Amino acid sequence: MIRINCPFCGMRDHSEFTYGSDAAVRYPDLDASADDWTKAVFERENLDGVVLETWHHVHGCRMWLIVERDTITHEIHAVRPAHPEWATLLPGGPTTKEPRS
Amino acid sequence: MAARRLRQGGRIDRGKPLGFTWNGRAMTGYQGDTLASALLANNERVVGRSFKYHRPRGVTSAGVEECGALVTVGAGARRDPNVRATSQELYEGLAAGGQNAWPSVRFDAGGINNLFSRFLVAGFYYKTFMGMPPFEWGRGTGWWMRYEKLIRKAAGMGTASREPDPDHYEHAHEYCDVLVVGSGPAGLAAARTAAEAGLDVILAEQDGEPGGSYLAWGDDDERVTAIQAVQSLGVRIMTRTTAFGLYDYSVAGLHERVTDHLSAPSPHLPRHRLWTLRARHTIVAAGALERHLAFGDNDRPGVMNASAAGVYLNRYGILPGANIVVATNNDSAYATAASLARAGAAVTLLDARTGVPGAVTGVATEHGVGIRFGCAPMQARGAKGVRALRTAIARDGAWQPGPTELCDLVLVSAGWSPVVNLLSHRGVKPVWDAGNDCFLPADTTEPVSVAGSAAGVWGHEHCVVSGQAAGARAARALGKCSPRFTPPPAGGWQEPLRPLYEIRMPGRKLKSFVDIQHDVTTEDVRLAHREGFVSVEHLKRYTTLGMATDQGKMGNIIGLALMAEARGVDIPDVGTTTFRPPYTPVSLGALRGRSVGTHFKPLRRTPMHEWNLQHGAVMTEAGLWRRPWYFPRRGESLSQAYVREATTVRSAVGLCDVTSLGKIAVQGPDAAEFLNRVYSNAFAKLPVGKARYGIMLRDDGIVMDDGTTWRLSEADFLMTTTTAHAAQTMAWLEELLQTRWPDLKVHVTSVSEQWGGVAVAGPRSRDVLQECVADPSKVDNDALPFMGVVETTLKEDVLCRIARISFSGERAYEVYFPADYATGVMDRLWESAESMGGCLYGLEALGTLRVEKGHVTHAELDGRMTIDDAGLGKMASTKKAYIGKVLKRRPELTREDRPRLVGILPKNRDEKFNAGAVICAENAISGHGEGWVTAVTHSPELGHWIGIGYVNGGYEHWEGGGLVAADPVRKGNTAIEVVSPQMVDPDGERMRG
Repeated sequence: MIRINCPFCGMRDHSEFTYGSDAAVRYPDLDASADDWTKAVFERENLDGVVLETWHHVHGCRMWLIVERDTITHEIHAVRPAHPEWATLLPGGPTTKEPRS
Repeated sequence: MAARRLRQGGRIDRGKPLGFTWNGRAMTGYQGDTLASALLANNERVVGRSFKYHRPRGVTSAGVEECGALVTVGAGARRDPNVRATSQELYEGLAAGGQNAWPSVRFDAGGINNLFSRFLVAGFYYKTFMGMPPFEWGRGTGWWMRYEKLIRKAAGMGTASREPDPDHYEHAHEYCDVLVVGSGPAGLAAARTAAEAGLDVILAEQDGEPGGSYLAWGDDDERVTAIQAVQSLGVRIMTRTTAFGLYDYSVAGLHERVTDHLSAPSPHLPRHRLWTLRARHTIVAAGALERHLAFGDNDRPGVMNASAAGVYLNRYGILPGANIVVATNNDSAYATAASLARAGAAVTLLDARTGVPGAVTGVATEHGVGIRFGCAPMQARGAKGVRALRTAIARDGAWQPGPTELCDLVLVSAGWSPVVNLLSHRGVKPVWDAGNDCFLPADTTEPVSVAGSAAGVWGHEHCVVSGQAAGARAARALGKCSPRFTPPPAGGWQEPLRPLYEIRMPGRKLKSFVDIQHDVTTEDVRLAHREGFVSVEHLKRYTTLGMATDQGKMGNIIGLALMAEARGVDIPDVGTTTFRPPYTPVSLGALRGRSVGTHFKPLRRTPMHEWNLQHGAVMTEAGLWRRPWYFPRRGESLSQAYVREATTVRSAVGLCDVTSLGKIAVQGPDAAEFLNRVYSNAFAKLPVGKARYGIMLRDDGIVMDDGTTWRLSEADFLMTTTTAHAAQTMAWLEELLQTRWPDLKVHVTSVSEQWGGVAVAGPRSRDVLQECVADPSKVDNDALPFMGVVETTLKEDVLCRIARISFSGERAYEVYFPADYATGVMDRLWESAESMGGCLYGLEALGTLRVEKGHVTHAELDGRMTIDDAGLGKMASTKKAYIGKVLKRRPELTREDRPRLVGILPKNRDEKFNAGAVICAENAISGHGEGWVTAVTHSPELGHWIGIGYVNGGYEHWEGGGLVAADPVRKGNTAIEVVSPQMVDPDGERMRG
């Protein structure tokens, strides 16, 4: 079971969260070209290694988080709020480092 | 007479005899026995029948690796098949019996399979019955489909009860710093060292008693001292608890058997508990399992692991044989042989090695064990219990026939396999140690340490040091101070073992089993090799080696070794199959926990649930919600009731509980801008005091959800969603605000539970409201026109929000009020509505009314349809940008022949048709047809059945007719016409009036 260190709630089981999507995707403006939207919505890298993902703490604080996760080992390197301003307001800076072991 | 209970010795309590039955026969054991030890003490040799050949099988081990003594325990609804008799603790009144046999395990008609066993090789059924010539050449699997049922019936072991499980099960959660798996010398030492460093430790032991190998081999004072030491340090010991799986982040799955050992458990206790344990570090001290050896008829009752005989002697006070032959390739069997001889058996020891030092043989020789070097077992004799053993003698590097030994028990020790399963669950591949002839755990960065025999360390003293080293390592990894210990290396016997997997010799056909439970022989492994199934994964699937309930704990490595030999490579080059959870079987009941029956999913009740029931509602499920389905009056059926309810709404007034609609408060200075981006239609200029129907799309241009949004003030909106998509819509709005548009100053709050909601619909609806609100002028046509919103109070001073919106097509209002006031509000509204000849209506009538109007729900907005498909394209703004606008213009989504929402009428108005029917052109009734029917109802307004659905190109395209609703498995085909979906009051005059 993956455990995610929510910056607001602390270390929690992944069953409290839902996976969102690829956090590396930058969604274009609403009136951008069809090409830009097609790329953003349908084209995905399938990386082995560290990826950025959005997760929603849906059964917790309901914050959307950006999670740096290794798709091979499931190791989570960092978790931060997706909202950039809330990230800066957290004590100890925007990023929660994962304590492993 | 072979096995017998000794007058003294062992850990059983001879003062507490326990009566039990075996195949209906009464027998006696003692407190402390397992079912296997009690059966042995009663000299019951044949306790099972094998999977395929129905060969008699006896007890082969004294632990979870058991592959022979698989029995059925309990009766009726509590019948539990495939129980390992070696791990089932005995209790008063236990009822057990043999399985996979008729009429009994001693005399089994299925044993005839054994006569044909030369044909029943790996893959027999598939080879024989699939593509069986001459019937099937080129004709697929037709005959196979017929035979499969019979073959399935012949295969399989015990049968589970078909009755509902009367027991309950629990899920539990726990946290600790260190989980130690196994409470033998290594586990106890590891737990103690970790606890002494100040860590919170849980010790999980699958046995009923802690101690592991101490229970059979050690000094009991040492065991008790070690247990007391860890308990005084606060270590929590969980017995009858198997760590069956190790997962990411050091999370372990534990299976605790709470009552399986009790005669009359308290009904308040769960049968099993499934623990999710979050440890920071795991120490695996799960020990090692003794391997057996492939020789002729090595599956006969009376062939057993050497160490198991020691356990039966030392722990259960049973001498399992009178004339015993011990066959070994390592030092470990000498102590067993010596203790059996001391207890009075005549023991001969065959050691495959050419000689060992006196220090190894010493004690055994003292007790009169006859030792022969360069000898091994060749073939066991005696179908229902070993009577003799043909031996083999090593000569010039090959095995040759030796003398036959009369005996009633053959003990085998062909090496030890450390239990590396839990590491394998974490993806850590074990490494082959040729010197110790076993797979050892590899180094890993996972927060897991391995100690004792699980790390290949033999001998109690060395295991203790190994455990201390692991405990100290865990402590240091978790930031604690702990002394350093040097872990002993793997091994530790005086004389190296001689790798030995199979005894065979040219010209002799021997049936030698590799996987005893699944009847896989050495010949099956070689057959797999000849037929090209040489990878370890193919070998496993082709022969089913290691796929039985014991997962090949005793024999898998023999299979690997034989494949390595056949391929001419080393064992590590063949590889090892990955062990996956669970280590031992976990009951389905434990996995489901309390999530059964009404607890399978949460139940949501609206605040007027009781009120609805008191007023005669029949309820139905809508997602997690219970909603009124219909309100039958005396003697009414469903169809009579909903037709009456719908008629009453159209002619007078009706009340309907709509609380389950999602309600989201959208607040903040940028709320209007936010909604304008989310909805496809314009919201920026929605005036205060107005509601608007909105449709939101996904990024890819498909419709996500619809609902009305009410502007309560400049910066305060109330959004409603469909019941089905409420949670998804809330998460979507949060995602947009937090990930895409963090600059927008908007807050969203789910208020679905805070507000009760009721629809007041029908020509008299305004009259009802005017009777109920404190100030009737607030709801007259000027103050509250169609799509108007007002915040006011009911007569009892209850705050309410009223929007004049209509799903039914009539003049109608949705009234929201604080949920706690639901009963009072309903009483007030109903008193008024009833006096005007109104009714309460449920989901069925609601459906009728909306189908007549062609209003869509999640049946139409099913995640595949565009806004144009649903006939709502004109509402989408052409001026502003919004989510989904760009991609909804994809060519495939804008084709003229896409399915469009239509109304559906039966050509013959007396006929009925069904939702779910496929709409086809009448001359081409096949495949996906031209569309489908999403909803059907009997329309009281039109007086016949109607429906809505989708048809390619829309109703304009089919004006000439020629369509049928094809419904082959229910009622056949019905000729239909398709029309505009607005079948009643298409101009909407009623709801505006």
